[in-house]
Amino acid sequence: MTLLLQVQGVTKRFGGLQALTQVTFDLPKGQILGLIGPNGAGKTTLFNTINGVYHPEEGRILFQGKDVTNKMPYHLAKMGMARTHQIVRPLNELTVRENVMVGACFGHENQSLGKAAKIADEVLEFVGISSRTDQLAGSLNVAQKKRLEMARALASHPHLLLLDEVLAGLNHSEIDGMIQMILDIRTQGITIIMIEHLMKAVMNVSDRIFVLDYGEQIAEGSPEEIANHPKVIEAYLGDPKLAEQLMEEN
Amino acid sequence: MKNWKQYIGIIVPLLVVAGLMLYPTITGKAAARETAFTILKAIALASSLNILLGYTGYVSFGHIVFFGFGGYVGFYLLSVQGVSLWISILVGGISSGLLAFLLGKAILRLRGAYFALATIGVNEAMRAFINNIELFGGPIGLTLNFKAYQAYGGAAKALEMAFYIVAALAFLALIMSYFIRTSKFGLGLLAIRENEDAAEVMGVFAPDAKTWAYVLSAIVPGMIGVLFFFKNGNVEPHDAFPLHASIELLVMVMLGGQGTVLGPILGAFAYQGMRGYLVTSDFFKDIQLSVSGALLLMIVLFIPSGAIGWLRQRNAVLRRVLA
Repeated sequence: MTLLLQVQGVTKRFGGLQALTQVTFDLPKGQILGLIGPNGAGKTTLFNTINGVYHPEEGRILFQGKDVTNKMPYHLAKMGMARTHQIVRPLNELTVRENVMVGACFGHENQSLGKAAKIADEVLEFVGISSRTDQLAGSLNVAQKKRLEMARALASHPHLLLLDEVLAGLNHSEIDGMIQMILDIRTQGITIIMIEHLMKAVMNVSDRIFVLDYGEQIAEGSPEEIANHPKVIEAYLGDPKLAEQLMEEN
Repeated sequence: MKNWKQYIGIIVPLLVVAGLMLYPTITGKAAARETAFTILKAIALASSLNILLGYTGYVSFGHIVFFGFGGYVGFYLLSVQGVSLWISILVGGISSGLLAFLLGKAILRLRGAYFALATIGVNEAMRAFINNIELFGGPIGLTLNFKAYQAYGGAAKALEMAFYIVAALAFLALIMSYFIRTSKFGLGLLAIRENEDAAEVMGVFAPDAKTWAYVLSAIVPGMIGVLFFFKNGNVEPHDAFPLHASIELLVMVMLGGQGTVLGPILGAFAYQGMRGYLVTSDFFKDIQLSVSGALLLMIVLFIPSGAIGWLRQRNAVLRRVLA
């Protein structure tokens, strides 16, 4: 099993705030890793650190065996890392197709414009917004913008895909569609880390789950192990004994 | 038929410039050539500024610094060193490009209003600097010996030639603008304009792309500067770095529509036409700049994407046709 990503003792501070403390994990190729934790636990910060938006104060990050700790986001994109944002960032004044073409043109495959347009049409079909291709991205609704974020990331044919709360703000049928899409992406051989608050989804989709609380890793393991881990229950519900009582009452 | 439509975004702008180039010959009036010269110069400058302002989304309030700096370098070669006009124009363009490269490395990391302020500072600093350089004649500037025109067949011939050169430079600016707009590099610039952080995450090397956009937007203004001062016969710091001319360029680009190939051309055309009327009317001649100020205000308030942008937003067919 080859390791695609290795995060070793990563620590990130913002002034006096300790956002990440000694975070360490390995991610083998082809897995889906679920990243969960209460609000403010540092999940998005961890993404930003992996992705080069922030640089950690301590620790190392290896991607495909190379040290990428102090690389910029565009270096990592060129190496085959793609991500979506929790708060969508569409390129409003460009068409939906042009948005996706940016992903294909500047990702690690460095496609030409013509090839990128073809890839964009394929990917838009895959995420199910091909009827919007020539619309301006700013005119899409939130669910469509989330799909656009996904399409842009996929168009680069990444090795590693970071999904930041792609299910938030979607309704039930949209969530089911998105989960199916994530499973389809995995069959294409793309490794995924997903941040998600929706437990049902993370538990079903992930091979492994990693839990952060106040910037510290409190648990790591299979979905079943995590669901019964006392520290995780405590982080989400406070006192574990209280949580157990609540469970029994139900 | 479909192929023809695909190129309409460049055909219309080329026709406008070609029309302007032929306009003096058709009308046969001497004044017509001066009018056309001013409009072509405005088209070349506005199209250049558009590469940075319209495609990349960085507002340069002091873009005229490249016109002045390139103009000074070229004019120095022309008047003091006796270098030919062609080489002087070329060197003027290159030196403006170099200046933009160095400035870009320093100030393009600033975003939004901070970058705009820095460009004003650069323009004013350059004016003060040139004012104190003995080599460039200090505050008095440089003058071209009248005999220099003889190499080009006399003053009348030289003026005619200058007109055709400005037309050629307008063509150059247009073609550059079109190729950037339709290239992969251009797509990267548009992505930076829309959201620089998202563009970086998708793999656009924003610092490099911005610097090259700045360089490309500076070359033609430098060349135009050399030509303009050659035609005038002298250069002074006051004429080379007029801040209000920078703002007029912004008005042109915003009026026609930033980020499109055709927009700055229409804007330059309309603005120079309006200005031509205002400076000759009794009532407006002293307050014509306040009219441009009011115009800029109206554009920003009501049609922030300019005339062409307004049309593109409302019609999907036009969006494909008007690059």
